[in-house]
Amino acid sequence: MRAVALSVRHELIGLAGVVERNVYLTRRYIYWDLAFFVWTVANTLTIVFIAKGIEAAGGNIDVDRATTTLLIGAVVWAYLGIIFEFLTETVAWERWEGTIEYTFMAPLSRAMHLGGSGVFAVLYGLVRAILLFVVVAAFFGLEFEDSNFAAALVILVVASISFFGIGMMTAVLPLISPEKGAQLGFVAQGMLLVVSGVYYPVSVLPEWMQWLAKISPATYALEGIRAAILDGASLGSLWHDIWPLLVIGAVCIPLGLAIFNRGEVYAKRNGKLKRSG
Amino acid sequence: MIQLLSPVPPDVLAVEARGLRKEFVRKDRRHGRRRVAALADVTLELSRGECVAILGQNGSGKSTLVRLLSTLLLPDGGSASVFGYDVVRRDKDVRRLVNRVSVEASFFKKMSPSENLHYAARFYGMGPSETSERIPEILGRVGFPPDRRGEPMENLSRGMQQKVALARALLTSPVLLLLDEPTTGLDPRSKLEVQEFIREMRAVHDSTILLCTHDLGEAESLAERVGILDRGELLALEPADELKARYDAATLEEAFFAATGRGFEDEEDEHDAEERKVLA
Repeated sequence: MRAVALSVRHELIGLAGVVERNVYLTRRYIYWDLAFFVWTVANTLTIVFIAKGIEAAGGNIDVDRATTTLLIGAVVWAYLGIIFEFLTETVAWERWEGTIEYTFMAPLSRAMHLGGSGVFAVLYGLVRAILLFVVVAAFFGLEFEDSNFAAALVILVVASISFFGIGMMTAVLPLISPEKGAQLGFVAQGMLLVVSGVYYPVSVLPEWMQWLAKISPATYALEGIRAAILDGASLGSLWHDIWPLLVIGAVCIPLGLAIFNRGEVYAKRNGKLKRSG
Repeated sequence: MIQLLSPVPPDVLAVEARGLRKEFVRKDRRHGRRRVAALADVTLELSRGECVAILGQNGSGKSTLVRLLSTLLLPDGGSASVFGYDVVRRDKDVRRLVNRVSVEASFFKKMSPSENLHYAARFYGMGPSETSERIPEILGRVGFPPDRRGEPMENLSRGMQQKVALARALLTSPVLLLLDEPTTGLDPRSKLEVQEFIREMRAVHDSTILLCTHDLGEAESLAERVGILDRGELLALEPADELKARYDAATLEEAFFAATGRGFEDEEDEHDAEERKVLA
């Protein structure tokens, strides 16, 4: 019993160690992060201005509602990008620094190792997503009198479980292809969002894509967050979005871990961990 | 001290390898896809507390041996165990007992020595209360200047970085220390400091040491037994004097030449070594 408690303690300290390391690195690269944030704001503005563009072209739309709909899509896109980036970099960055072999020969389970990256990614991603939303909403002078931001935040956090699971699947890519694997994470992010109604209703998609939308956690995240912010939906009324997120999360986490473990075995079998020597 | 979750059983060999084999797939225009052996049926034993040096050129299989013992590679044949724990089936137990210092002092370059060591220690279950005292103490023991502990690693010389690498290994109190050319590229003074540290590890911590090196003098002065690894095959493993006597050589370099047919300094590209070892 004592050995089990000690083992759990070691694992949790290891998880906290990954979070701690990411805090150190974020501090060291803080000005780069600010530069990327400016880029994200600019990118989001180009998307959100589309609502005003439609009105200027003679389209008959509720501009504020369309602006907020696009803004939510852009913020979820940015958030998902951060989650995938951190998880993919769990391997890619360590390979670049040459520390990966030291990390992989440490007595920490891969679940806790990746979990540490996931916890930090969610915390950091939430801060960035909230800041992005506030800055762009202020730019357009949007008002949110009836919005339920607490419910929107809960939906995003619940969706993060699935995003984390899928992120583990993409994190394995740099193990398989050291040169190009990290970039493939962006492919996964794009594929996930294109079927999930990121800037449009899922109903406009071809039927086969609508079927894919049903198994994408981003679909339920976008629907739930939009309902909470645009219509002030309560958590109770969002249950039809929450339970699929929980089910997909329950499948994605073990599946992501299993895929990563398979990738690790492949890398150890074929000598893909080493950088040189 | 970190608490050992994997007890070290008494009366077992520190390292036991039987017919250990590792192959890699290589592709090139001339030969197409083929399997080449990096390590071919290596059998060796290390007793607890022993220091064994393995000599070999680049591409001889030294690093592959170290990676197999540290669970970073999976063998294609044979078996290996560390203090009785199989490196494949009981890999987590092995990881608790082993640490490694390699030719490249690999760290997060923007992080300081202190931050890098905190990060490494967490993976071995050491919390902030343990590391806040232990890290300054260990950095002091390896002779790292206190006023540079907060500087990014990228500002430090290679010798300084290697001291931090030694501190990282010492921090986890490994009972088996795998040293893969730890002094290659260091200036003479740093080299001597590292060698002194290795002696201290044995004397104070009763660590078993497997030292892969290019430095014949280092091998002779630190190790009880010296092995010659050539093209993935372990040609000999015995005390330096016996090795010299066996090949009727005055020096280890001559013994190496007699055993392999090549001079020790005749550097060999890993690819060239593998070319000769085509299996399929």
